[in-house]
Amino acid sequence: MQRIGVFVCWCGSNIAATVDVQAVAQALKNEPGVVFSTDYQYMCSQAGQDMIKEAVAEHNLTGIVVCSCSPRMHEATFRKTAAAAGLNPYMVEIANIREQCSWVHKDIPTGTEKAIILGKAAVAKVNLNTPLTPGESPVTKRALVIGGGIAGIQTALDIADAGFPVDIVETKPTIGGKMAQLDKTFPTLDCAACILTPKMVDVAQNDKIRIFSYSEVEEVSGFVGNFDVKIKKRARYVKEDLCTGCGACVEKCPMKKVPNEFNLGMDNRPAIYIPFAQAVPKVATIDPNACNMLKNGKCGLCARVCTAGAIDYTQKDEIIEEKYGAIVVATGFNPISMDKFDEFAYSQSKDVITSLEFERLTNAAGPTAGKLVRPSDGEHPHTIVFVQCVGSRCENCAEKGKEYCSKICCMYTAKHAMLVRDKYPDIETYVFYIDVRTPGKNFDEFYRRAVEEYGVKYVKGMVGKVSPEGKKLKVQASDLLNNKQLNIDADLVVLAAAIEPDKSARPLATMLTASMDTNDFFTEAHPKLRPVESPTAGVFLSGACQGPKDIPETVSQAGAAASKVIGLLAKDKLTGNPCIASSDENMCNGCSSCERVCPYGAITYVDKEFRMPDRTTKVRRVAQVNPAVCQGCGACTVACPSGAMDLRGFASNQIIAEVDAICK
Amino acid sequence: MQIKEYKPLIVAFCCNWCSYAGADLAGNNRLNYPAEVKIIRVPCSCRVNPMFILRAFQRGADGVIICGCHPGDCHYTSGNYYTRRRMALLFSMLDFLGIERERTRVEWVSAAEGAKFATTMNDFVEKVASLGENKRLEDLRCKR
Amino acid sequence: MNNKMQNLRDEIILRSGVNPSKCMACGKCSATCPAYNEMEYHPHQFVSMVKSGDIEPLLASDSLYKCLTCFACVDRCPRGVEPAKLVEAVRLAAIRQQGANHLKPDMVPDMLDDDMPQQAIVSAFRKYTK
Repeated sequence: MQRIGVFVCWCGSNIAATVDVQAVAQALKNEPGVVFSTDYQYMCSQAGQDMIKEAVAEHNLTGIVVCSCSPRMHEATFRKTAAAAGLNPYMVEIANIREQCSWVHKDIPTGTEKAIILGKAAVAKVNLNTPLTPGESPVTKRALVIGGGIAGIQTALDIADAGFPVDIVETKPTIGGKMAQLDKTFPTLDCAACILTPKMVDVAQNDKIRIFSYSEVEEVSGFVGNFDVKIKKRARYVKEDLCTGCGACVEKCPMKKVPNEFNLGMDNRPAIYIPFAQAVPKVATIDPNACNMLKNGKCGLCARVCTAGAIDYTQKDEIIEEKYGAIVVATGFNPISMDKFDEFAYSQSKDVITSLEFERLTNAAGPTAGKLVRPSDGEHPHTIVFVQCVGSRCENCAEKGKEYCSKICCMYTAKHAMLVRDKYPDIETYVFYIDVRTPGKNFDEFYRRAVEEYGVKYVKGMVGKVSPEGKKLKVQASDLLNNKQLNIDADLVVLAAAIEPDKSARPLATMLTASMDTNDFFTEAHPKLRPVESPTAGVFLSGACQGPKDIPETVSQAGAAASKVIGLLAKDKLTGNPCIASSDENMCNGCSSCERVCPYGAITYVDKEFRMPDRTTKVRRVAQVNPAVCQGCGACTVACPSGAMDLRGFASNQIIAEVDAICK
Repeated sequence: MQIKEYKPLIVAFCCNWCSYAGADLAGNNRLNYPAEVKIIRVPCSCRVNPMFILRAFQRGADGVIICGCHPGDCHYTSGNYYTRRRMALLFSMLDFLGIERERTRVEWVSAAEGAKFATTMNDFVEKVASLGENKRLEDLRCKR
Repeated sequence: MNNKMQNLRDEIILRSGVNPSKCMACGKCSATCPAYNEMEYHPHQFVSMVKSGDIEPLLASDSLYKCLTCFACVDRCPRGVEPAKLVEAVRLAAIRQQGANHLKPDMVPDMLDDDMPQQAIVSAFRKYTK
């Protein structure tokens, strides 16, 4: 039996004006378990708290009920008081007789009656309270960053800067991501490589950072602070530690007709390749689908020319197992496929290209060494048409496009058109837009410069049809402001394709039990106040995997994610919320109902040996709650058909006791 | 014989993050609602086991209301969706048993909707009061 | 917008099943329209004029009969507004309101030429008469 002390607060006149506090204290004195009951002007004051401490000592109390303001206000205060008095802090319950009684009711008899009932409910609950101690779990002081684009690079650098080791997993042979493929960056027009490659070198030289390139995450288990991750390092048939990146093999490889994915297939690369000159790690990779030696054992030229002896045709995929305290997702984006947009003739003409292809076409390291020519015949274009919102803001074409605004297209299209006019003033540029959306520092100014200084022709309207005719592309479009239909003979059409999350994101989200929206963007824990955390504890979001973002935004989010990771890794152990679910293994029948409703993946099933009444043992499948992951929502307690699952601090019998006390 | 004025007994389950805070806000703004409403705090509306509701009716409650965060705003991401489904099932069963639909309700009240909390409670108490006492599920053995 | 026009607008919206508020004014319907040059009012104008209840000029215009009902605009509209269906509904409204047919049988002989298939005349009758 508990020995409960009841403390009724006046809150000056806030409570006392509509509730007869003495009557409440008197009435609660006779409740089961109550051994002491009193009232005081300000229970939360130092004097009031001392009163509680003295009463605990004097009456040997095991539980406390404070009838006062909302628990959202002073529950923490009174729990501290209880702890100071040597009680378990979770032996305190608050009856909210201010916000939910004295402040909303007018006359004293009504207020007093309700306050007594609320007090009784709290007493009934405390009678069933049990001391709770928060669980503790250790933290592995190492972070994993999935994705090596600018988001992943920045996050890794920031975490490493705080002194914690970081691993980057990147599926491509090099880090750098989409930003490495860009030519210039808006709104300052500095070259992407000039600002990105130094960061890539920083990553390579940082002894806190390991890069697993050409690798992918295979399996994730564990929970915040204690993730176990299996990383598959795909065989690149080149020993990374020996390869010097000299490029002799690349030069000599006879199989030179493989579409170059770094240039989006606009030119070819050999079977053994280094994606680009500043690749990190600068190590060659053999494409097993193209290499003659790997396919039929005939060639071996690269091994002969490699003076470092780095080529190893027998290399196998390797599984690396590592423990991490935190995981950052930075899987980024891709432009959507243009194959289904027949009206723009993307698959019919080489001269209809996407904006990312345009970036490669104008990049000094691209397939044309930066010379802007028509991909079909290499001739100088005279008229270029840019089409915005291709696949973005598409409501009815779920199989083709995306419903959201891709956010970055307005700015990069302005940049493209401006750069064209700057370098080749003879080229006429048209930009067809629905809306021009340029919020951001110096963004609208940038767009206006494209129009006013560089003479880019912005046309309000959409392109309806592109048809290749001879060497030209007939573009039929509408000019809504002049209420005209335009017919333009273009040499090049550039489509601002919508962007979508990388395809690897969905399986990864399943592995991490991190939630996603219908567009496969990762959802954040709170859209405004916790934008870089996933609802799954210990998983953080960086960059475009969370939503369309430009580079400045990505970098700031990457830094924010890193600071959250640092905050987590700086702790030696994690203290959990003790009000969590727990399963009675003797009652659990292993049905998995709880596992399915848990939004955090906190419940797992284990086979456990039980001793039966007849002294035999039996192995049964039972639920186990991971206290570090459970957030205490209680969804599982209701889903459990056998009543094995209960929530500490809000146990079923406690709530029923409250119901009974109220209904008596 | 003295006729006692009938006052319904209402049990309100409020989730800690939105609706309980909404009730507090109603208090802060001194928005009146009937004292018949007694609030029980739960971490999330999905913690409310249908058993609790049946228990309340059995013990003589005249109406039970469950308040949670708005769909999509659940502190625990998806708890209120479970509530919505579970309660739809429970309420149709209660309907089958002859318990009027108006005696049970699920409402979404955010932490900023103190006024909505008060009007919801006023409306609910009025509806339940017009239905009169709950006799059908009451366990007479529980009567004093 | 007077009451009559309001009713007419609601009727057109109901009959076509088109919600003109979904239009985001991209102009792709007009960009893709093969009959654009023939029309006084273009597909995007149909959408915006019906939306604002400015229907009288549409009823009086020849554009109603220039629409080929090729559905290119329906296919390409990114928001699923379906302008051709709206044009069709306005056309129906005009025919019902006028009580007169746009194409009368005695007009046909003058229009005939050797290249015109008979099927075209039949479908024109279907489209332009009650």
